[in-house]
Amino acid sequence: MSEAAKTPYKPPVPELGPGQTSYTSITEKISGIVLTRNTPVAWFIFFAIGFLLLHGLMVGVPYLLFEGVGIWGLNNPVGWGWAIINFVWWIGIGHAGTLISAVLLLFRQKWRTSINRAAEAMTIFAVLCAMQFPLLHTGRPWLACYWLLPYPNSMDIWPQFRSPLIWDVFAVSTYLTVSLVFWFVGLVPDFASMRDRTKNRIGQVIYGMLSLGWRGSAIHWERYEMASLLLAGLSTPLVLSVHSVVSFDFAVALIPGWHTTIFPPYFVAGAIYAGFAMVLTLMIPMRMIYGLEDFINERHLNNMAKVMLASGMIVAYGYFMEQLIAWYSASTYEGFMMQNRMHGPYSAYYFFLILCNIVVPQLLWIRYFRTNMFWLFFVCQFINVGMWLERFIIVVTSLHRDFMPSSWDMFHPTIWDITIYVGTIGLFTVLFFLFIRGVPMISLHEIRTLLVSKDHK
Amino acid sequence: MQHEEESTLFGLMAEFETPDDLLVAAKATFAAGYRKIDGYSPLPVHGLGDAIGFPRTKLPWLVFCFGILGGICGYGLCYWVSVIDYPMNIAGKPLHSGPMFIPVTFELTILFAALSAAFGMFIANGLPQPYHPVFNVESFARASQDRFFLSIEADDPQFDLDKTRNFLNGLNPHEVAEVEN
Repeated sequence: MSEAAKTPYKPPVPELGPGQTSYTSITEKISGIVLTRNTPVAWFIFFAIGFLLLHGLMVGVPYLLFEGVGIWGLNNPVGWGWAIINFVWWIGIGHAGTLISAVLLLFRQKWRTSINRAAEAMTIFAVLCAMQFPLLHTGRPWLACYWLLPYPNSMDIWPQFRSPLIWDVFAVSTYLTVSLVFWFVGLVPDFASMRDRTKNRIGQVIYGMLSLGWRGSAIHWERYEMASLLLAGLSTPLVLSVHSVVSFDFAVALIPGWHTTIFPPYFVAGAIYAGFAMVLTLMIPMRMIYGLEDFINERHLNNMAKVMLASGMIVAYGYFMEQLIAWYSASTYEGFMMQNRMHGPYSAYYFFLILCNIVVPQLLWIRYFRTNMFWLFFVCQFINVGMWLERFIIVVTSLHRDFMPSSWDMFHPTIWDITIYVGTIGLFTVLFFLFIRGVPMISLHEIRTLLVSKDHK
Repeated sequence: MQHEEESTLFGLMAEFETPDDLLVAAKATFAAGYRKIDGYSPLPVHGLGDAIGFPRTKLPWLVFCFGILGGICGYGLCYWVSVIDYPMNIAGKPLHSGPMFIPVTFELTILFAALSAAFGMFIANGLPQPYHPVFNVESFARASQDRFFLSIEADDPQFDLDKTRNFLNGLNPHEVAEVEN
């Protein structure tokens, strides 16, 4: 009792910094990022880098379509190479955006308001990048229409609904559609603010059309808030289902290292982990470039780091369970798979993955590392790399030495694997920086509600 | 003259500086018997819908119905394709393999419900609506930024230009403006 009394109470850092005290200042600051002639030099630098990398896609995809998927390092027995690794990596990154916009809304976490718009944009762009890979992996994407989508065609054939791959088509396309709709619904009142603020005629017309004539009527707001709540409630099970379905692609197959029931929760936790690392990778530089310290402060960084730490520990538990089951199942093939993963030709990748995803993030137990921007960014880069390696380990080490030793082989990525992957990073960067330039990157109407709750305290 | 003025007038609009002022004014206006009223704000003001007498939105029922419809469509699609139109023996599994139809059923439930939530809201709100008389008030541009407005429409049975203007002036507004049609 006396111990507790001695510790001084430290109130949490407020969501809004001291510089933002009125509706006017919030509106001016956030819309000013878009409605200005002074685009920061850093924007041009990042955009140029992204545009350069985008050419990987511009060159790689036509060559792939011309030559076929043979230009990738795919062969027997590793028939799923970088394409599937990158697909799962990108989809996972997307999940943090929905988690922030939907799950944290349901939990009434007010600090989410300043990061949810950018995180949702990140979701949409990440899912777009992810979708490139399975489509290109079909080799002839123009035929993928009838392979993937159930529509009555002249050949009178239908997709196979007992296959997880078709579930993936439904899960990912629903995810993209719902994320886009949710994002647009959130943007409509902000487009109205932009319409009323811009002096530029073209801007007035474009924002005017996008705002759908929104006038902030009380009756409209009632329905709007209900729709937002419902969309959040629907997105929450959706986001959990998407990565579960992605994990079924592996878990339903009878390959040692894939055929395991822990995959759905472990994939979802990994997705949140990777996604928050990417949100921080984007938001830390944004905050510096645009001086958003009032909106994204110590509290946001701290909370995101805590979510990362928690989901990272679940991922670590997943790794541990894989080890345990490999031993406990007493299956020769499971046991060999784990031996080969840890001590085979890819053991260096495995231990680097453990370093990136389990060892380094333990720094986040210490408050200093959660709130220091440089260190947090540093840890996030390890997680970004680690989560890519995790998918590499799952895909490649499970396949390259399967049941028949005569068919064992190594997987070697080609220059085109790298080119197309780097190209999607470019696509993501370009889309994200265009978003920042054209759309308020922090939700104006939601940030204004923070001011109201501050008044009432 | 009187007749012409009435037809070009949409109503009167009072401007307030805080959401609380708007809420108090809306309650007073409703209590005074005005029914064709609406509030305009740059953020959702909690309780304002009740204050102007707007009943609870029925949107959740629409979303519920569309969710059910989506689920039926999803399962129905899987069933019709796998059992009726294109029956195939896949690894000896039964044609009607229910558990394997669940992912598609689930995703279509979410898809239908989410689309009905968004489009239902826009349609019920009458959006997109390119023109509305309230935009004729010059200061109304701030309704999407930092000011709060209350309008009483001219076709309200109690509406009388002078009396209503006096009433609104009594609510302590920043300014009262006439809204042209």
